[in-house]
Amino acid sequence: MSAATPQPYRSELRPGRDGFAQLLHAEWTKFRTVRGWVFGLVAAAVVTVAVGLLGPAGSSFECSGPNGQPCGDHTPPVGPGGEAVSDRFSFVHQPLSGDGSITAEVTSLTGDDAPGVEPWAKAGIILKESTKQGSAYAAMMVTGEHGVRLQHNFTGDTAGPPGAVSPGSPRWLRLTRSGDTFTGSESTDGTKWNVVGTVTLPGLPSTVEGGLFTASPEHVVTTQSFGGAGSEGGSTSATATFDNVGLQGSWPRSAWTGDEVGGQPGGLGQAAGFQQPGGRFTVSGSGDIVPAVAGRGSTSKTIENGLVGVFAGLIAVIVVAALFITAEYRRGLIRTTLAASPRRGRVLAAKAVVLGAVTFVTGLIAAAVSIPLVGALERAKGLNVFPVSALTELRVVAGAAALLAVSAILAMAVGTMVRRSHGAVTLVIVAVVLPYVLAVASVLPTAASQWLLRFTPAAGFAIMQSMPEYSQVLADYTPADGYFPLTPWAGFAVLCGYAVLALGVATFLLRRRDA
Amino acid sequence: MILRDVLHAEWTKLRTLVGTGWLLVAVVVLTTGLSVAAAAATECRGTGCGLDAAKVSLTGITVGQAVVVILAVLTVSGEYGTGMVHVTFAAMPRRATVLAAKALVVSGLVVVAGTVAVLTSVLAGRFILPGNGFTVAHGYRALSLADGPVLRAAAGSVLYLVLIGLLSLGVAAAVRDAAAAIGVVLGLLYLFPIVITVVGDPDWYRRLRQIAPMNAGLSVQATVDLGSLPLSPWAGLGVLTVWAAGGMLAGGLVLRLRDA
Repeated sequence: MSAATPQPYRSELRPGRDGFAQLLHAEWTKFRTVRGWVFGLVAAAVVTVAVGLLGPAGSSFECSGPNGQPCGDHTPPVGPGGEAVSDRFSFVHQPLSGDGSITAEVTSLTGDDAPGVEPWAKAGIILKESTKQGSAYAAMMVTGEHGVRLQHNFTGDTAGPPGAVSPGSPRWLRLTRSGDTFTGSESTDGTKWNVVGTVTLPGLPSTVEGGLFTASPEHVVTTQSFGGAGSEGGSTSATATFDNVGLQGSWPRSAWTGDEVGGQPGGLGQAAGFQQPGGRFTVSGSGDIVPAVAGRGSTSKTIENGLVGVFAGLIAVIVVAALFITAEYRRGLIRTTLAASPRRGRVLAAKAVVLGAVTFVTGLIAAAVSIPLVGALERAKGLNVFPVSALTELRVVAGAAALLAVSAILAMAVGTMVRRSHGAVTLVIVAVVLPYVLAVASVLPTAASQWLLRFTPAAGFAIMQSMPEYSQVLADYTPADGYFPLTPWAGFAVLCGYAVLALGVATFLLRRRDA
Repeated sequence: MILRDVLHAEWTKLRTLVGTGWLLVAVVVLTTGLSVAAAAATECRGTGCGLDAAKVSLTGITVGQAVVVILAVLTVSGEYGTGMVHVTFAAMPRRATVLAAKALVVSGLVVVAGTVAVLTSVLAGRFILPGNGFTVAHGYRALSLADGPVLRAAAGSVLYLVLIGLLSLGVAAAVRDAAAAIGVVLGLLYLFPIVITVVGDPDWYRRLRQIAPMNAGLSVQATVDLGSLPLSPWAGLGVLTVWAAGGMLAGGLVLRLRDA
């Protein structure tokens, strides 16, 4: 009797696959089964909303009109593009039907106040949908210090030749309407014309108001004081002289009306005030025709004001993210992890994906709740919130979430490098949050603040800036006013650069060192 | 067991850690580094530029404090992480005494590192700032510790670091985990100044600056325009003392009431 050849034991179980999906599943299981981490993320979302609510809770709007009457509507007008605008100027106008053009020679533009003419004081010719604030327009103008400009619909600005006007060197301006197309031209002598630019204003009615205008923005003085910079200003006014006003096309009323757009009706008084013998016009005005600018001086709030809690959520997320890897080292779990999945780069990638996803979702929920909630509270307290396009709001909300996700991956990568939670947490918080604190709330001058927000990971907070900077509006575009030196995406790219770099170094070290 | 023996034990534990020395060096290097950078970046263009030379040259405290936080948190959380805390409490069962000893040892080390950091920062400011327009012509004397307000700013900054260390120690005893404790303390320090920027109401603005540990505590560095401060310099440091005492109290209670 011969013994049967013993069969080696074979497990009945099919071998498990070890693809990236399994790795993701493993990391997700690790994450969700640690109570402290899940609690940390919930806490991150809660503090994001709760700290955000401190903003409206600690803000108030008090306003009283003259003689104790309730104050008027202080909501800023909205331009054709949906943005808040400032639209106040002196306007000598009459209606224009259909196509036509207006020509004028500007012989002087002077400031009525002590420091002289404001750099962005404006005088020229304008074709505007109506005298209602925020309505569409195209305008050719001379400015205090920025030469000839063709501007339209508040945000559009095309530069013409530089140079100020004076009786010795006047400037001829012409604005021609042809359908929806407006062409601005300028000339130094009234015979040889140069086209400055052409703009399209779709949907403008066939009859528009055309005429001469003057505006002079508020004077802005920036002072460095204890605790940072501050700005103060006051309204100014400017006076412009127009000669050789020529109209072509159909101007049915053939009489001029003086108005202060955005002021009292008929505020410019009777026609004689601005029309003088010999076809010469003198128009004085104050105000500006520009998009509104946020900042410390503004009574309106930006939507990212409601996201101040993101900084609190960020700290909680950084703690959880650093622990996600350093806890493995402390408990020795990393050896099991690497035994089960020896390709170490993939382990780190799986961790980054899981961490990025959970923190992004956390941030998205928190930001999507914060902005409408804070906005509603601010409106309830009588504060204005600058309107922004849906796309911008989406970028701010998703950007805040992405900010948390990328910072979390940065913290995890640093945690892989230093292996200790305390080092990783401190390093990342100091690298991401402290530069922002120094930039917006310290004695550092603006130049140093901008440098910090250009080169440190804190540049990423730019993704939450909703109000753009306008070169044709003089204002304090400092970090303390909510303006970052880099564009939103460029700033975010800086943060991503740091995260990618850290992830690269972490992968290298994870492969090279014993666990 | 008398406090001296507990102190000796705590000192031995902290002294024999490799990290302690590096952290103390980091306090000095980072504080001085940021102070030098701030002094080099700040310019006074004329009389009445409104800048505070002492405060500028002590800017580095804002980053140096983060290292003090690590040092203080690790003296407690490090023991929980390694299980050393069981040995500690077996040998020295009076937990409040242990915490007090830790506080004394950490404070002593922070005083040494903080003094060096503050002195190098002030010295750097003394040499750098006059080149940036902080001259006698613009109303600035060279920074000198012989000046009462400058001495107060310098000594106050060292005390500020000590109080931050005590606050961290208390929070660490309450929270135990190093990462969480550091997150809580740095959150307390860095979040208030950011939140204050979005608060529009002047009363709230003032109140928040009075209770925020970092804003209130660092008002001890102010040497000019004291009238515009929401708190006098020493009162500001007093607010931070309340925070530190609160942290220590919470930490001490948790130590007593919870199993290690």
